[in-house]
Amino acid sequence: MADTYEATAAPPATGTSTEAAPRARARRSRGRAPWWFMIPALILYAYVVLIPSVRGAGYAFTDWSGLGDAMSFVGLENFRKILDDSAATDALVQTVLITLAITIVQNLIGLLLALGVHTQIKSRNFLRVLLFAPAVMTPVVTAYLWRYMYAPDGAINGLFEAVGLGGLAQNWLGDPDIALWSVAAIVIWQFAGYSMVIFLAGLQGVPRELHEAAGVDGAGAFQRFWHITRPMLAPAITINLMLSLIGGFKIFDQVYVTTGGGPGHSTETLSTLIYKNAFQFDEYAYSTAIAVVLAVIVAAVSAVQYRGLQQQKGAA
Amino acid sequence: MSRYTRKTLLLEILMIAVGLAFAFPIYVLVNLSVRRAGDTSSPIAPTTSPTLANYADAWNAAGLAGALGNSIAVTAISLVVIILVSSLAAYPLARATARWSRWAFLLFALGLLLPAQLALIPLYQSVRDLGLLGTVWSLVLFYCGLQVPFSVFLYAGFLRAIPAQYEEAAAIDGCGPVRTFFSVVFPLLRPVTGTVAILNAIFIWNDFLTPLLYLSGSPQQTIPVAVFQFVGQYVADWQLVFAGLVISVVPILLVYFLMQKRIIQGFAGGLKG
Repeated sequence: MADTYEATAAPPATGTSTEAAPRARARRSRGRAPWWFMIPALILYAYVVLIPSVRGAGYAFTDWSGLGDAMSFVGLENFRKILDDSAATDALVQTVLITLAITIVQNLIGLLLALGVHTQIKSRNFLRVLLFAPAVMTPVVTAYLWRYMYAPDGAINGLFEAVGLGGLAQNWLGDPDIALWSVAAIVIWQFAGYSMVIFLAGLQGVPRELHEAAGVDGAGAFQRFWHITRPMLAPAITINLMLSLIGGFKIFDQVYVTTGGGPGHSTETLSTLIYKNAFQFDEYAYSTAIAVVLAVIVAAVSAVQYRGLQQQKGAA
Repeated sequence: MSRYTRKTLLLEILMIAVGLAFAFPIYVLVNLSVRRAGDTSSPIAPTTSPTLANYADAWNAAGLAGALGNSIAVTAISLVVIILVSSLAAYPLARATARWSRWAFLLFALGLLLPAQLALIPLYQSVRDLGLLGTVWSLVLFYCGLQVPFSVFLYAGFLRAIPAQYEEAAAIDGCGPVRTFFSVVFPLLRPVTGTVAILNAIFIWNDFLTPLLYLSGSPQQTIPVAVFQFVGQYVADWQLVFAGLVISVVPILLVYFLMQKRIIQGFAGGLKG
């Protein structure tokens, strides 16, 4: 898939005209692509993302309730409050836990699916389309579907009873000990096919001859995977980790729809807490402080992974 | 190429079983959406006397027609704006060699790091002051700004792989920059425009948090919020809820199955841009 994408990306003409270009041509080329072409994009981006983000970060250091004009500078008070607020520290821990669970399990399943589909089986195209389908479905819809499946008399417990394992029946979303993992499973089910598709694009770049040669030399299936496939999959692994880590840290829809953060605060995440503080508790400045924490985490993860990707590109 | 051996057959059977396991929730969704109200048999047993009445009831009760129209309008208008402004912005970014272009590139890169949650709440006030709160235009504005950095990156990565010769030829023939862009560069961008459109359309169509904030309490809804309110209202009528869920997810699944090859390719390759 990636190959076809890159093939279409490479136009018929070859030669790197810009590199050999004298200064005159560079000037002409600048004239053809004038800087003011960026103005509409910059205005939209600044108005919607940059300015509000800066303002949000600023509110995090005030006591503004979101209503009226009364506002004073309180320094790091909101951040100290996060540390004292058990709902916020629980949300932080749970956000990290659910993100790790999603990242590890979704990518493992995605990798196994990709290895299974990247074979001679006749159903491979059909399975690829089927397994990716949940990834395009509206998360609110899949979350509701699972909420009903998880109900005490729902399909999951029904399935266990049908196969004689009725003892495994649980109150999947009502039990504070397992609710977080039940929500993680929804995300994993929905996006494992997405991970698979990215792994498949990586697998298609692994030359088959390498595998066959290693097989002739007596390397077993696992050895071949570890020494040939795994290194070639490095960019796909990085992209998948980046997507599931960032998606996990920002998780909102699936939590809000299935449990609303409950029972108690057992499934509260940073995003649900930001929403509740801003729009239900009128703790506006406090909610932006939590949003700043989320932004720092997401930015740090993205920056680390982006560097990894650049290094892999350099090494390739 | 290896042959189809007995091991391949075993793998085939295993993978089909895995596929069926993944499809199980979809089976439950459809199975319960055709149940009659009094049917209390197990949710996994096939429905014995299916009915389509739930679909008509859900369609009317959830106001899905209006939500569908809004979702289509928001997605389509946002896509047109995103594609236009992002491809325009990517052109100088990919071609210019001056120092400002590197700074501009980093400025857009910053947008990839900032989670929408940070901007979403302060922007709420700007949108309210503009009088757009409760209208679909607030969503269009938000998506256009939010998706610009990501789309600019896809376009710029693609443009760098295209030699400038076509544009040079156009310039020699006397084309100005605007005409060169629209008649030479933009048509060359067609493959990546497809990717930009697919990735943005699915994100916009499925987004829940933004319309939850900006449209709350308004009669204008998009599909995810309409579903949210509908389920809240009919929470106990699960056969009605399931029919509503099916209706609301059919349009995007239909598009997916019609264009599956292009969509999967977009998701797999688009991120490498």
